[in-house]
Amino acid sequence: MSDVVKHGRDSTSADVGQGMPRREFFRAAAGTAAALLLCGCDKDAINAYLQKRFQELSPDEVKAVLARLERKYKAKFGKDVTVSAKPARGGVLFGYGLDLSRCIGCRRCVYACVKENNLSRQPQTHWIRVLEQEKAKGVDLEDANPYYDPETVPRDGYFYIPVACQQCRRPPCTKACPVKATWTEPDGIVVIDYDWCIGCRCCMAACPYGARHFNWGEPTLPPEDVNPSMHYLGNRPRPRGVVEKCTFCIQRTRDGRYPACVEICPVGARKFGNLLDPQSEIRLIMEQKRVFVLKSELKTEPKFYYFYSL
Amino acid sequence: MGLVRFVVQALRCALSGGIAYRLWLAFLVALAAWGGLAYVDQIRHGLIATNMRDQVSWAFYIGNFTFLVGVAAAAIILIIPAYVYDWKPIKEVAILGEILALSALVMCMLFVFVDLGRPDRFWHLLPGLGTLNWPMSLLAWDVLALNGYFVLNLVIVGYLLFCSYNRRPYNKHFVVPLILISIPAAISIHTVTAFIYNGMAARPFWNASILAPRFLASAMCSGPAILLILFQLLQRTTRFEIKDEALWKIAEIMAYAMFVNLFLLGAEVFKEVYSSTEHIVHFNYLFFGLGEHGALVKYGWTSVLCSLSAFLLFIVPATRRHPVTLNLGCLLIYIGVYIEKGMGLVIPGLTPDALGEIYEYAPTLTEVRIGVACFSVGFLVYTVLTKIAVAISLGDLTRDTVPGLAPAGQAPKPVTADA
Repeated sequence: MSDVVKHGRDSTSADVGQGMPRREFFRAAAGTAAALLLCGCDKDAINAYLQKRFQELSPDEVKAVLARLERKYKAKFGKDVTVSAKPARGGVLFGYGLDLSRCIGCRRCVYACVKENNLSRQPQTHWIRVLEQEKAKGVDLEDANPYYDPETVPRDGYFYIPVACQQCRRPPCTKACPVKATWTEPDGIVVIDYDWCIGCRCCMAACPYGARHFNWGEPTLPPEDVNPSMHYLGNRPRPRGVVEKCTFCIQRTRDGRYPACVEICPVGARKFGNLLDPQSEIRLIMEQKRVFVLKSELKTEPKFYYFYSL
Repeated sequence: MGLVRFVVQALRCALSGGIAYRLWLAFLVALAAWGGLAYVDQIRHGLIATNMRDQVSWAFYIGNFTFLVGVAAAAIILIIPAYVYDWKPIKEVAILGEILALSALVMCMLFVFVDLGRPDRFWHLLPGLGTLNWPMSLLAWDVLALNGYFVLNLVIVGYLLFCSYNRRPYNKHFVVPLILISIPAAISIHTVTAFIYNGMAARPFWNASILAPRFLASAMCSGPAILLILFQLLQRTTRFEIKDEALWKIAEIMAYAMFVNLFLLGAEVFKEVYSSTEHIVHFNYLFFGLGEHGALVKYGWTSVLCSLSAFLLFIVPATRRHPVTLNLGCLLIYIGVYIEKGMGLVIPGLTPDALGEIYEYAPTLTEVRIGVACFSVGFLVYTVLTKIAVAISLGDLTRDTVPGLAPAGQAPKPVTADA
């Protein structure tokens, strides 16, 4: 009896101890268990379940993950899509400027964002929330109304404050995440790994700007409305049960394009650029106007600046 | 071998009993199944089956979790008098407090689990397997603290019962240090849970230094309130000896804890009301409502009034000794703290939301059913473990017990750590 036990233990410890690190062994063990559970499912589903955190993937693993996602979205929406994982460029720190004296509250940015970023149509998710605010009160979020619905905008006596992720330099949300599913990229964009998020919503409680949104139900997206140009950390369709937010249109801006909201704005209230480039439009605004950030007392140090041009 | 036999016999003991006992077990299993079906529904549709939304992103589940962490921490209200002050009457029942801690922790973990958007990715939280954002994330701290406290209590309870079952004295040098460690561990689980809220500058209602002390003070009331009622049940239904003195002493400690809790509440209310900054909006939502939004007002006042009257009942010796007022006080404390440390903490913290929007939350039937299931499982764990502990303490269950025979008539010998 004892011989058998001893022999058994020896052979296992040899396998575990020398063959692979403990972590890998656990992963493999979990993998086998999951494979047994999911024996009805295909290989892609098992790989998706066991996928590592994005920041820990090797370049080859990233390629495999992107290919798998492209297969998955093609099967789901019936058209070719590209999922990129283009990294940040050196010497770039993205910043945003919003001209409160020009914004008319038309919400075109909200819907351009919905289209560009493959946001769920039902239930409806918006990454930009436009607040209507009495001019007499100034910026006072407690009295702001996100559900304004007049015949025409702007309404007399009111001004408008669009709010999305403020891309904080000291983000309280990434700190709160228990599994490192959200972090700041080198170009300053705060991103989420939708395949690692466990949906605990600590980040939402921690965010002072209501910028994070949860997929309470199954997000829906009509195939004809899918934007096929996707980024892993950006606008690829999200699964149910995870958190999402504005990424400064990472799929566009890392290609040198403007975010969709900047492009659509009919009054030119939205500005975007590289904070490290002294010639950029955003730096020019900071030089010539006086900028402020929301809730500066919280020391989140946003890279999203508001200003009045008039 | 001995351990396997112990577990098998203990389980057999837990499943046998009078008709009332078996009906109680069946009732709990039925409730758990009723709620379990609601969870299947939630899995199918997602958390949209709840009334939580982006504005109020934590609610019923996390509220219950927070309350139950307090219950788990409260075991120390028995351990400190028993082991630090060596007070005999409480020492005899201290193990029941540790069992309560275990059961409360089971419920805590269930409530966190049902709140996850992706329960299938639960392993991302496990050290070694996933990635724990420690030390930055307070939830990561809580995962470690709660699991550590759970293992600690499991070892203490399991070891004491196993020794008693084998009719051998336990090793004091092994178990007493563990019991002493469990005191700071209990304080730390509740402190860390308070810090999850406390650390969020985005939510002024939580971002007050007084939060962790208030958590501890209210926990020292709510956990013992449950224990007092359970002890009286055991007094009636078993030969297990629980002295009235122990009950009264616990009630007295609860009165002091409730005083501290109410004092801290007063300090908080003064600061908010007198300075009357924008932060007061959350207090106003809880106690007066904001415009037509007043869903929480009745609960806010119920909580304060229950806590206040329980304090009065327990501070007067005559009323804390009378069984009727003692039990009434326990009930009032339970209601008061359940509201205060549950939804009365979570919902006003998130209402109005970070951009000033008011979304009035009330749980759906699905949420309530899932909550009932979590509580049923917890009660089931408590019932089964208490049944085993009492049988072993009374000498009805030892390694010599022959299954099916009437218990031998040994003198009752409660499990204590003073052999």
